[in-house]
Amino acid sequence: MKPAPFAYLRPSSLEEALAALAGEQGAKVLAGGQSLVPLLNMRLAAPSMLIDINALPDLGHVRVAEDGVRVGALARHAEVLASSEAERAQPLLGMALRHVAHPTIRNRGTTVGSIVHADAAAEMPMVLRLLDGSVDVASVRGRRTIPAAELFAGPLESTLAHDEVAVEAFFPGLAPDAGVAFQEIARRHGDYALVGVAAHVETDGDAVTRASLGFVSVSDVPVVVDVTHALGDPAAKALAELDPADDIHASAAYRAHLVKVLAPRVLAAATDHARSRAGEATQP
Amino acid sequence: MTTEQLHDVRLHVNGSVHEVQVPARRLLSDALRHDCGLTGTHVGCEHGVCGACTVLVDGAPMRSCLMLAVSAVDAEITTVEGLTEDDGSLSPVQQAFSDCHGLQCGFCTPGFLTTITAGLRETPDPTEDEAREMIAGNLCRCTGYQNIVKSVLRAAEIEHERSDA
Ligand SMILES: Cc1cc2nc3c(=O)[nH]c(=O)nc-3n(C[C@H](O)[C@H](O)[C@H](O)COP(=O)(O)OP(=O)(O)OC[C@H]3O[C@@H](n4cnc5c(N)ncnc54)[C@H](O)[C@@H]3O)c2cc1C
Ligand code: FES
Ligand code: FES
Repeated sequence: MKPAPFAYLRPSSLEEALAALAGEQGAKVLAGGQSLVPLLNMRLAAPSMLIDINALPDLGHVRVAEDGVRVGALARHAEVLASSEAERAQPLLGMALRHVAHPTIRNRGTTVGSIVHADAAAEMPMVLRLLDGSVDVASVRGRRTIPAAELFAGPLESTLAHDEVAVEAFFPGLAPDAGVAFQEIARRHGDYALVGVAAHVETDGDAVTRASLGFVSVSDVPVVVDVTHALGDPAAKALAELDPADDIHASAAYRAHLVKVLAPRVLAAATDHARSRAGEATQP
Repeated sequence: MTTEQLHDVRLHVNGSVHEVQVPARRLLSDALRHDCGLTGTHVGCEHGVCGACTVLVDGAPMRSCLMLAVSAVDAEITTVEGLTEDDGSLSPVQQAFSDCHGLQCGFCTPGFLTTITAGLRETPDPTEDEAREMIAGNLCRCTGYQNIVKSVLRAAEIEHERSDA
């Protein structure tokens, strides 16, 4: 199968890219192409124009600051994963990225592209949502920051306007007395998860003061469930809010089963992680 | 019907320059095979799953079926044809596949060879688990993988033998 014809632009400045995008209703951004090109090849997408952002300058960064990790639109999954500084600031990045496809796909696919592709079966949109991160977008009309809670509109649909390019994602760093964990069940490592669950836990001494779970592949959009008051049975609380579906990969009942298995396990792992970090932080 | 616009693209493949004229929708895999005449790169699924089309882009393995030729202009591409030694003899990974029967029909082989060549640069002394991990993104319908895993381990040995010699 081959893509339908389209016009192609490879701008060398962001301004040029934004002007072109604003001027062509049927245009789409091409980043790593690891989601878009399969859709083109299968003719599930037929944009009139592709605006290839791979030659834009200054978007390949993985920058770690006090408050967290900033990932530029051209940073490949592999580059984010390779940053030990980023992993130290926010360990959930590495934990989840190891499950994003195979290394060969990660060499080309971008983390920001994955987020704005807004696939509820993908790890990184959920991670951004669980950590309450955000995405910075630019258009000819200016720049704005979209909080993760407002980023996902529906299946494979973000709230970016047609003329907007995502330039950077921001993942908040992990507080010293907080912990995270991630696990998923897939047919083979590297495949999309049948179910994936991440946990983010905040502690004060021995007490868990806040706990939330993020889910992959059990809903239409990346979902986060607050389980602070359901530490004894987080899966029941989660399943009351989730709507696992049947597809060719797994039945809804099997997905619900996996939620029941993974939710308590991941919550416990994140709680241990928080306690060990808090222990390290108070050591002289 | 309007004729489709063609783009002049200069591809750098295996140390040579190929000037080709292609529509924007030409996949890199097809450009290599049809426009450059390098049919060593195979095409199986065209959605990134099988790995047969894997080439090295600036040294890193990538799916050529998920790249557009027009988007590959700034890159140095290595296909399976570019893996042989300067004197035309087999590279360590190619030699190991021959020694260990790492292929049967050979359809998947170019993708394995490119992937493993890059993998051994990063992990020169893989354990068996690391060898399996290295090839986890490539499908083979013939061999059952056992001999491919052996080939990875043997290739690492050959690399060492050659660099000691
Ligand atoms: C075999 C295979 C297995 C995979 N397995 C997984 C997996 O297990 N988990 C997972 O999460 N992903 C998986 N992926 C998808 C992969 O992570 C993609 O890299 C990612 O989803 C998209 O990033 P990209 O840079 O390739 O985006 P592209 O494919 O270039 O773009 C995707 C979409 O986002 C838009 N877009 C991209 N960047 C921007 C931007 N900066 N601004 C505005 N719009 C933009 C595009 O217009 C397009 O609509 C897999 C892919 C393959 C081929
Ligand atoms: S043809 Fe490219 S991965 Fe199958
Ligand atoms: S040797 Fe036939 S597919 Fe691998």
